[in-house]
Amino acid sequence: MTDPNTLSPLELETPDKTFLDANELIINMGPQHPATHGVLRVILRLDGEKVMGLECVIGYLHRGVEKIAENRTYTMFNPYVDRMDYVAAVSNGLGYCEAVEKLLNVEAPARAQYIRVILTELNRIASHQLWLGTHALDIGAITPLFYTFRDREEILKIFEKYCGARLTTHAFRIGGLQYEAYEGFEREVKNFLTFFAPKIDEYEELLTTNRICLERTKGVGTISGPDAIALGVTGPVLRASGVKWDIRKALPYANYKNFDFEIPTGQNGDTYDRYLVRMAEMRQSCRIIEQAVAGIPEGPIMAKVPKVIKPPVGEIYHSIEAPKGELGYFIVSDGSTQPYRIRVRPPSFVNLQALDVMCKGQLVADVIAVIGTLDIVLGEVDR
Amino acid sequence: MHDLILYIQSYLDSDRTPGGAGNIFWATVYILLVFGGLSVAVIAMNWLERKILAHMQVRLGPMRVGPHGLLQPIADAIKLLLKEDIIPAEADKIVFWIAPFIVVLAAFTVFVVVPFGPTHAITDMNIGILFMLGVSSLSVLGIVTAGWASNSHYPLIGALRSSAQMVSYEVAMGLAVLSVILMTSLNATGTGTLSMIGIVQAQLAQGEWFIFKFFPLGLIGFVIFAIAMVAETNRAPFDLPEAESELTAGFHTEYSGFRWSLFFLAEYSAMIAVSSIAVTLWLGGWLRPFPNALSGPTWELVFSLFPGITFVLLALMCFYNTARMPKHPLFKIQTIGLAGFGVVLGVIGLLLFLTPVRVRVTDIFWFAAKVAGFMYLYIWYRGTFPRYRFDQLMKVGWKVLLPTGLTLLICTAVWAMRSDVWFEVIVPLWHYFVGILHWLVSLL
Repeated sequence: MTDPNTLSPLELETPDKTFLDANELIINMGPQHPATHGVLRVILRLDGEKVMGLECVIGYLHRGVEKIAENRTYTMFNPYVDRMDYVAAVSNGLGYCEAVEKLLNVEAPARAQYIRVILTELNRIASHQLWLGTHALDIGAITPLFYTFRDREEILKIFEKYCGARLTTHAFRIGGLQYEAYEGFEREVKNFLTFFAPKIDEYEELLTTNRICLERTKGVGTISGPDAIALGVTGPVLRASGVKWDIRKALPYANYKNFDFEIPTGQNGDTYDRYLVRMAEMRQSCRIIEQAVAGIPEGPIMAKVPKVIKPPVGEIYHSIEAPKGELGYFIVSDGSTQPYRIRVRPPSFVNLQALDVMCKGQLVADVIAVIGTLDIVLGEVDR
Repeated sequence: MHDLILYIQSYLDSDRTPGGAGNIFWATVYILLVFGGLSVAVIAMNWLERKILAHMQVRLGPMRVGPHGLLQPIADAIKLLLKEDIIPAEADKIVFWIAPFIVVLAAFTVFVVVPFGPTHAITDMNIGILFMLGVSSLSVLGIVTAGWASNSHYPLIGALRSSAQMVSYEVAMGLAVLSVILMTSLNATGTGTLSMIGIVQAQLAQGEWFIFKFFPLGLIGFVIFAIAMVAETNRAPFDLPEAESELTAGFHTEYSGFRWSLFFLAEYSAMIAVSSIAVTLWLGGWLRPFPNALSGPTWELVFSLFPGITFVLLALMCFYNTARMPKHPLFKIQTIGLAGFGVVLGVIGLLLFLTPVRVRVTDIFWFAAKVAGFMYLYIWYRGTFPRYRFDQLMKVGWKVLLPTGLTLLICTAVWAMRSDVWFEVIVPLWHYFVGILHWLVSLL
């Protein structure tokens, strides 16, 4: 970006001076702080309550997941990806399994694909519910958290019945599924949909038209579409800025092209639009699940995959639309049983880089609202 | 012994407050009673807030310590007192030590003039409401010193927010209070009063609670006060000074144990104090509801039965829940405890039916019931609203409440001056306005 004409407006900004040249107040928000969603440390430079600039310090939750992958076989590494974005473990697993399948040049059978889509979309709802609860908590409304957790429980029950785990599910295997859907799976998913549709209205009733909520979120943490693209922001944050980019539609994976759904977008790219986009996404997820559950075909759930996975020499990049944005896996294979290198493109990590742009010139309380609405999970940021 | 009873009786029948009579002994007794009652109220509030909030949030709240968590506040108090007393190394120790006491002192001193009944106040000052507003705003001093002495960034920001907030909302609060003072002057002699007891008696004399006076002016004043008092006590949705998600705990971040519990005590007694102001000024203080519509000795009797009925209902609730307790040996003590609590409440309820008790307690009951209504509102707000941002809070205070308060004051003054204001002021003003419009249209 050396050509001034192509320069993004966010690089032209000069730092403001403090009011009356007062001393800047430097505050460490975190790593232990109620509203940083884990162990994020934000160094805030404040002029009174106004944010002059901020710097994120990450790495407190670094576990070296990518390095671990180099010493594990492809199958052994599968459960590790669940621990990155632990709120949306199923999506992580889907991305990894599909990437390795692409490398092996196999495709999961249709039945497996359908069940994968159902579980992933359920997980998207669960992730958005957790986001909604914590976001509302961050702007001071303590009650929605309990409603969302109550309803999220129903999804976790389905996960638990399906694979025995609630959070770090390890639901998928390379080449398909290990477990056949349990007895009554379809009925329970359908029940959940009828149970959940009025619940979204209930959440919206609490927040969407709440005066204080509107004032706290409208025009806060604005990021324009070009800025968001320049920073590599993806997911609901990007869509709230008016960019219609959803990998489920743009680069369809699994069998998303079989389903009819819309990509909700916002216009202003502020916190409120991000909220609205995620609320709409929950409804769209319900639509996808409804179609998928109606059309689950019979058949095998596992493709023909050798017991010892030894992909041919080569490299692959595969990305999926995780609840938080584009989740990509770049895998380099040297033909052995262990990957030569795995690089994860985590949506939270990239989205977090937009925090500085979004918060400059806003107030301390807005930083909290923006962090909440970026929907970061530190397990994924630090890996 | 008989003399003592006679003495007590003669005192109870007198028509003056202990302070007014200059009786130091009775004043001390009243102070102890008010202090004790307030502490019990704060403890009860602690439990109620957790329970009510929990039930709003589809959970149970405290259930382990005592039946239905009834002993939880006591367990908490013991925990807080036994905690290590930590003063940060870099803190200004003396100021750090004094700050919570300033806050508690301010919060408790205001109760000197709160009228629980026509004679049930420690004293009746002729500047009562002024005293309450003045002393209660002293607590901001304690909060600022607490934030400053902690020598840490979060408490400092919390303290600054708190001082700005309390100062700005006091202005609107004062204007709303002034409109009530104007209303008190609408008697034969034309003299208003600042005395808390006097304000309630003015409402009795005018046969109308001030919330309904000059409808909708009284109501507007009440709403302004009701908003400002939430901001004044730093409660949700105006709880920025202790905004948990932003400033961890605001001005008391560095406080723990006993000192922290003093802040807690002060916060809740301040809530009760401002609610008492609102009740006294707009809701008729100790007066019972519907004094005009439902008057006569029969209704007097019915309304005086309310305290006893309330306690008996509470006792019945306890018994109902005792019957619902799990029939497991582990819950035996809790079941007995709950039944015992019910028995105590029931006995109190039955005592309240006795005529000599009933007559003297009715005032206090209605006052407490109205204040309890406000306490419920506080909890309700906390369960419902997100938190305001600092600039929005200032905007609400200065750009909405202050102009409304000023307009209200002027309107009240005009209305109080002339009862037939509609024909003498509003209608001419309207004609004037229409005339200007005609002139403007003719220019086109």
